[in-house]
Amino acid sequence: MSKIAGIGVLIAGFLLAARLCFGGPADPSQIPSIFKPQSTPADSIFRLSMLVLTITGAIFAVVFSLLVYAISKYRRRGDDDGREPPQVYGSNQVELAWTVIPVLIVLVLFLITARVIHSIQDAPQPPGAIEVVAIGHQFWWEFRYPALGVVTANELHVPVSNPSHPTPTFMTLSSADTDHSFWVPRLAGKTDLIPNRINHMWIEPHETGLYVGQCAQYCGTQHAKMLLRVYVDSPGQFDRWVQEQKGPALVSGSVEQGRQVFETTACVNCHAISGTVADGRFGPDLTHLMSRDTIASGAAPNTPEQLKLWIRNPDAIKPGSLMPAMQLSEKDLDALTAYLETLR
Amino acid sequence: MASETIAITGAGGITRPISERLHDWVVTVDHKKLGILYIIYALFFFVVAGIEAAVIRIQLIVPHNHFVSPEVFNRMMTMHGTTMIFFMVMPVLFGFGTYLIPLMIGARDMAFPRLNAFSFWMTAFGGLLLYFSFVGGNGLYGAGNAPDVGWWAYAPLTSRAFSVGHSTDFWTLALLVSGVGSIGTAVNFITTILCMRCPGMTLGKMPLLAWLNLVMGGMVILAVSPLTAAQAMLCIDRYLGGHFFDTQAGGSAVLWMHFFWIFGHPEVYVLVIPAFAFLSEIVPVFSRKPIFGYPVMVAATVCIGFVSLSVWAHHMFTVGMNSYANSFFTITTMAVGVPTGIKIFNWLGTMWGGKIQFRAPMLFCIGFLFQFLIAGLTGIMLGASPFNWQLSGSYFVVAHFHYVIVGGIVFALFAAFYYWYPKMTGRMYNEVLAKCHFWLFLIGFHMTFDFMHIPGILGMPRRIYTYEPGRGWEIWNLIVTIGAFVQAAGVLVFIVNLLWSLLKGEPAGNDPWDAWTLEWSTTSPPPEYDFATIPVVRSRRPLWDLKHPEDPDWKYE
Amino acid sequence: MSSVAVASTRTEHERVLPSRGRVGMFSLIAAESAIFTIFVVAYIFYIGKSLSGPMPKDVLETPIFNTICLLSSSLTIHLAVRALRSARVNAFGLWWFVTMVLGTIFLVGTGREWWHLIFGKGLTISTNLFGTTYYSLVGLHAFHVTVGLIGIVLAMIFTLLGKVEPVHCERVDVFSMYWHFVDAVWVVVFTVVYVIGR
Repeated sequence: MSKIAGIGVLIAGFLLAARLCFGGPADPSQIPSIFKPQSTPADSIFRLSMLVLTITGAIFAVVFSLLVYAISKYRRRGDDDGREPPQVYGSNQVELAWTVIPVLIVLVLFLITARVIHSIQDAPQPPGAIEVVAIGHQFWWEFRYPALGVVTANELHVPVSNPSHPTPTFMTLSSADTDHSFWVPRLAGKTDLIPNRINHMWIEPHETGLYVGQCAQYCGTQHAKMLLRVYVDSPGQFDRWVQEQKGPALVSGSVEQGRQVFETTACVNCHAISGTVADGRFGPDLTHLMSRDTIASGAAPNTPEQLKLWIRNPDAIKPGSLMPAMQLSEKDLDALTAYLETLR
Repeated sequence: MASETIAITGAGGITRPISERLHDWVVTVDHKKLGILYIIYALFFFVVAGIEAAVIRIQLIVPHNHFVSPEVFNRMMTMHGTTMIFFMVMPVLFGFGTYLIPLMIGARDMAFPRLNAFSFWMTAFGGLLLYFSFVGGNGLYGAGNAPDVGWWAYAPLTSRAFSVGHSTDFWTLALLVSGVGSIGTAVNFITTILCMRCPGMTLGKMPLLAWLNLVMGGMVILAVSPLTAAQAMLCIDRYLGGHFFDTQAGGSAVLWMHFFWIFGHPEVYVLVIPAFAFLSEIVPVFSRKPIFGYPVMVAATVCIGFVSLSVWAHHMFTVGMNSYANSFFTITTMAVGVPTGIKIFNWLGTMWGGKIQFRAPMLFCIGFLFQFLIAGLTGIMLGASPFNWQLSGSYFVVAHFHYVIVGGIVFALFAAFYYWYPKMTGRMYNEVLAKCHFWLFLIGFHMTFDFMHIPGILGMPRRIYTYEPGRGWEIWNLIVTIGAFVQAAGVLVFIVNLLWSLLKGEPAGNDPWDAWTLEWSTTSPPPEYDFATIPVVRSRRPLWDLKHPEDPDWKYE
Repeated sequence: MSSVAVASTRTEHERVLPSRGRVGMFSLIAAESAIFTIFVVAYIFYIGKSLSGPMPKDVLETPIFNTICLLSSSLTIHLAVRALRSARVNAFGLWWFVTMVLGTIFLVGTGREWWHLIFGKGLTISTNLFGTTYYSLVGLHAFHVTVGLIGIVLAMIFTLLGKVEPVHCERVDVFSMYWHFVDAVWVVVFTVVYVIGR
């Protein structure tokens, strides 16, 4: 009957979904699946989730079968004699059984879950941990490494962690305006960034690569494009990156005019470039803008054309973001972009 | 058995002018008319909020789509949620309750008929106020001034600094007004059920629909009030310079979350418990057996009512509460699943050994049982706090709660519509159209909401007006959108059926289903006074006793 | 058309269902209690968290006299209801009047306290967290007192017009439940604001 066919379609759909969740296409790191963890907290959650799925799957299978059985066996037949079936009002034993068993299941589930909660939330910070302060803004991410003297935005670099000498990254989270949430599924569960509140989370990646995510708490018009890119580097790569980020902005004589445009227009009100007079905090730090693959918190690739478009007309890339259209002449815009292109 | 009516001379025959008949409806305090007004009001907003959902789904059918701007999208998603919950599901459930409770307990009206009318009109006005936001401000351009802060309106996004203009105020005031209406209705339900049962109908003998609406009423009283308080605080912040949720002045954004979810979680039980009531009335009749385990069904519902007041922060697992708080809310959330699951078993037990008839109401009930089971299980998954840290704020949650609300509550509502349509209108609906509606809606529902779980697992957050290509989300969003239109087709068939049957349906008679509760002893539709003589009952199924005098229920209860 | 199928003669059961007015009022009181609870929770949560401005101990004076008046009005309204129940309409009118006076004194006292706080001490609803939570909580209570007082005044007018009779004692009793609730809330507010919060 068509109900069975419908159920068959459902199962086929789920199998296909499972294949896609677990199989993965050519560039798996671009699919931020919670079932492909690459970091200790995400691993713990994955193991817990498999257990929960198994238990709930078993419950589903049992109850589903009983329901299917009931509606097929106890349907009124064509040759029905029209009499009412035996009127049964209840059964104490049956009702007791199907109360006690779920209570036991809940108890077991809870105990297992509580252990995972504690293991993630109350994990001690080892001496080798990298400390990052993340501040959420409408609609970009500010990242500071206080111990390393690094300030950057939107693209987070962390070292891969070696089990023999762990170097997880412990993050302190807050917000400068509304609520946000840091979610990179393959690395950890999400934690919110809330103004006037300090939250903590940690990641401990096992494999180098790029992990994507995005803001997961509605924060306003451009919540959708508050994207995250976490680069898990090898220890050597990470050290090199830190060295590059620590230094002040590179100075290049050929872009003097562009630097003038930057420092004499409103840019300096919002943006900081270390080593210059620009020290605005409202927008991302641009000291090493060219070390990033994207601009506008992942909304556009970091190319000269996109950069120019962003400055001329941010609404074309991220309508509703707080970056104003700078109303510069084309000449000034070219010079400015050329200057920004030198900020490696 | 035949119904009792008293002929009122001069009442029939002459067709009164339409203005007089409309005026009747406007000034009525009759629970049946008010019930129907609630239901029609809700159906209208069902369509409107459905259109908002369609806009959302079209925008999300492919990545980087430009069907609507982010501003419009954010208004659509806020209005869709707010409308469906406050101006569709709540009114329609209040409507069924208002219509059915007096009839099922052998009373002639609700305890406070004028309060009943007042509550309806407050709710109605709230909805109109909310929708006026579309034309205020910019006019219809850019979806006007409709609220765009999400239906939970988290602080400080709702402060004057981040929500410029009046969009948030429309949200706050519309819900404040309709909240007063909801509390009024709850007071009425509780008082009616406790004070106006007919002789012989002790609390242990009243229909489960009455019990469940009693519990629902109590929960509305305890849950809607915190929302009212929180919204008053928001108004004080926005207009009197208050700092309740002003993080710059030391206020707490998390406090709003606590207050909102202390409302928000019991609210979903307010929505689902009347749906349970429909199941508990309809499944027995189409299985031809009494409800299995009446006392436990009552106890489980009361239990759900209490425990659900303690689970609210499972909506806040990601805000950084400590591990003890997270553990507490995990255990309470899982615990509330026990009495809820028990009810599924009791409905199963009712069908077991029966003679099931697959008429439209029963088809929708069966759909409910499968779907509510799944919804409950995804709820358990979400209740496991660490798993929640991945799944919350994603499309997995959206899929879960739509599974409950659409797969559960809306299916139960369709069952209730078809079951009581003959009583309310005196006509039978068209069974072929109803089955067509069922299959279309079932297929569309599963296309949309089964596959919607997957983008959540693959990392897609909710409330985003567009998404990045290459994250594996495209195919699922496409299927989800197509399913939405299949559901829309089903709803269209439903509305056509309602209207067509009103004009052309067969006369239903008093008791087309051979059912057992008191409303089936009146004519269809019932006379204005409901019962000529107040009935006296001896069991939970008074009409069974009359139809089976050799084997009445009161011998076994 | 006559057939009577469900037995219509009232035999048997001595059962007394609660009165609608009482149940309705209990339900309303439950809802209002929930609203007040949220405001009290907010008040308690924000104790000591104001970033600036006057603190409670700097500006609050315990309103002992006001409190005595309001709480006594619970007693007087109870006496009024008792009087009406035993058909002593004049005594009812007298006690009702005293209740009205006591309630008015409370409101006036609150008004004076606020005047002093705003103009004397510079504490408004927007000054700091204390100001916000204080005026909201005490104001919500005062609003409820006002609504109750309006009801009392109306009943007073009906009494003076001679319209109130012993048969109305049930309704008056239900109304007095609301007044007792308002007084009970004041006990909580007083304790939280003037005792704990200082």
